[in-house]
Amino acid sequence: MGHSAPKIAAIPGIAEEIAGLLGSMLIETVDHAGELSFTVVREKLADAMEVLRGRAHYQQLMEVAGVDYPERPERFEVCYHLLSVTRNHRVRVKVSTDEDTPVPSVTHIWPVAGWLEREVFDMYGVIFSGNPDLRRILTDYGFKGYPQRKDFPLTGYVELRYSEEDKRVVYEPVRLAQDFRSFDFMSPWEGAQYVLPGDEKAPQAPGAPSPAPAPPPPPAAPKGEEKGDKPKVTEKSGDSGAGEPTDSKANAKSPEAPAKPAADTDEGKGAAKPEDKA
Amino acid sequence: MSDYIEKLDHKINADDPTLGDTEIQNYTINFGPQHPAAHGVLRLVMELDGEIVERCDPHVGLLHRGTEKLIEYKTYLQALPYFDRLDYCSPLGMEHSYVLAIEKLLNLEVPLRAQYLRVFFAELTRISNHMLNLGSHVMDVGAMTPNLWLFEIREDCLNFFERASGARMHSAYFRPGGVHQDVPLKLLTDIADWLDTRLPRLFEDAISLVADNRIFKQRNVDIAVVSKEDALKWGFSGPMIRGSGIAWDIRKSQPYDVYDRMEFDVPVGTNYDCYDRFMVRVEEVRQSARIMKQCLNDMPEGPIASFDRKVSPPKRGEMKQSMEALIHHFKLYTEGFHVPAGEVYVATESPKGEFGVYLVADGSNKPYRCKIRPTAFSHLQAMDFMLKGHMLADTTAVLGAMDIVFGECDR
Repeated sequence: MGHSAPKIAAIPGIAEEIAGLLGSMLIETVDHAGELSFTVVREKLADAMEVLRGRAHYQQLMEVAGVDYPERPERFEVCYHLLSVTRNHRVRVKVSTDEDTPVPSVTHIWPVAGWLEREVFDMYGVIFSGNPDLRRILTDYGFKGYPQRKDFPLTGYVELRYSEEDKRVVYEPVRLAQDFRSFDFMSPWEGAQYVLPGDEKAPQAPGAPSPAPAPPPPPAAPKGEEKGDKPKVTEKSGDSGAGEPTDSKANAKSPEAPAKPAADTDEGKGAAKPEDKA
Repeated sequence: MSDYIEKLDHKINADDPTLGDTEIQNYTINFGPQHPAAHGVLRLVMELDGEIVERCDPHVGLLHRGTEKLIEYKTYLQALPYFDRLDYCSPLGMEHSYVLAIEKLLNLEVPLRAQYLRVFFAELTRISNHMLNLGSHVMDVGAMTPNLWLFEIREDCLNFFERASGARMHSAYFRPGGVHQDVPLKLLTDIADWLDTRLPRLFEDAISLVADNRIFKQRNVDIAVVSKEDALKWGFSGPMIRGSGIAWDIRKSQPYDVYDRMEFDVPVGTNYDCYDRFMVRVEEVRQSARIMKQCLNDMPEGPIASFDRKVSPPKRGEMKQSMEALIHHFKLYTEGFHVPAGEVYVATESPKGEFGVYLVADGSNKPYRCKIRPTAFSHLQAMDFMLKGHMLADTTAVLGAMDIVFGECDR
């Protein structure tokens, strides 16, 4: 039976029909999860929309959504969601652009696009040529930056507070009491290519036999830490007092071991101390 | 004096035209953001010619909280409660779109009882939302009493939500794969009683005070008439497009969950004005009650969430017995579930109109992009052309009939 999301009856041959109407304006058609998306040539967007509204009967523009893919040469995708109330069908039309290249506005076809384009401009900095009123809409008056871009931090750059001295609200650079915590859930067994948090000081040679190559060594710790004031940790096997292979030593020293505490070696320290007192 | 008489009689063609009536400049006023009839934090910059609105520029975004950005940093389940906080007057309507979008990407089947429960509570949400809107609409145009009565009903609804989910408003009750927990039988029987007795009594009483009231009609009839063409062009949906005479209801035309098993009528307006929008909502309340009764009749017994343990968590009792269940629970509440890459746009008929979620997944446990299509955004944009030529006092009627909540408009 599958999911219970809104059931939209597929119109047979609709993809071919629209592809035929769009002709050379069409770049790519994707049919995923029962939804059709058409990527069109950016410069021809307004013409394509005119065709879709006039001849394919998609009367309503419901939504304009921006998406940011920073790794692409044209990083922004603008997705228009069209609805036909007569054919009871939805399609998505996409164009891609970058920070500087304007996208033709469709405000003359659907006046509702005015605010929808303003929002994409506000959030991503995509410019729409022909929009008569391309101001910021959701962010504050005088806001700088484009918050929905992937390189814009979640916390933003500025914060707002009421200043008792100035008797007004003032903007200040954002100060976080706690670092921003971002967890990822990659598993070291499934190819996470980085040193796990807490493992930074672990010995670099592969401990257990493993088919995977050892990760590259992390940058060396600051010099100051090499002194004797190093905090006591038990992160590498040597710290626990049970690290180095002891079979040979143990065999050699076993008769006299209880008598002589190994105070001179690092490994022996932890284990030897209680015996010192005794 | 003769000069003056001749001047008045236009015998003297004085180039300086000050003939008693000097040219009056239009003036601009700010409506809101701290105005009780602004339904939240709306700032309308209005240019008035006397008392006639010439131009109206809504400034929105005063409640912008960056919900869409926040969702990109949360797992799919952690992002769910944000939807309650969008349109805080109809929280379950928002959740509905979101969980359906996830399920569409996962192609996840939902047990029948869960679908019935969702439809049941979505319709209860519709009633509670319309109570607030109808009440505040009549209060905005001057009537006091109906609002108090309608709030009684809304209070009942909130109590029912509390009994189902533990929270009065921010329920987080719909989950990917079903609903959070089953409802007790007593709750269903109580709601059934309420639907038969208290709701119709209070509601019909309150509406009878305004529906045929001369003052109420004078304030609403022929105010902000929107033609069918304009309604389509301006992206109207929900009661706004039905008020403009287009019988478009996503529950009917693109049914989700078990709406295709329900029998209900879609009311449409005939004059396309504020009064029609009001009456469409009034009728929707009755139809919602009808749908809820059908749900109560037909609701089967059975599971209330999917058995796909990679998406919906196991029962507490099961976790005490089964190691696997414990691991599933742990993984679900730390890492969450992964959603296969793809993109969907899922729109449902929320009480205010088409509430859509455009979800782009990249195969990880967090949404790559979650664009929320609010209903209020498109409606509010039409404010300028709807108000043009109307009186300043009509602003509240137009705004009330739009049913705008800023948590959703500003996101």
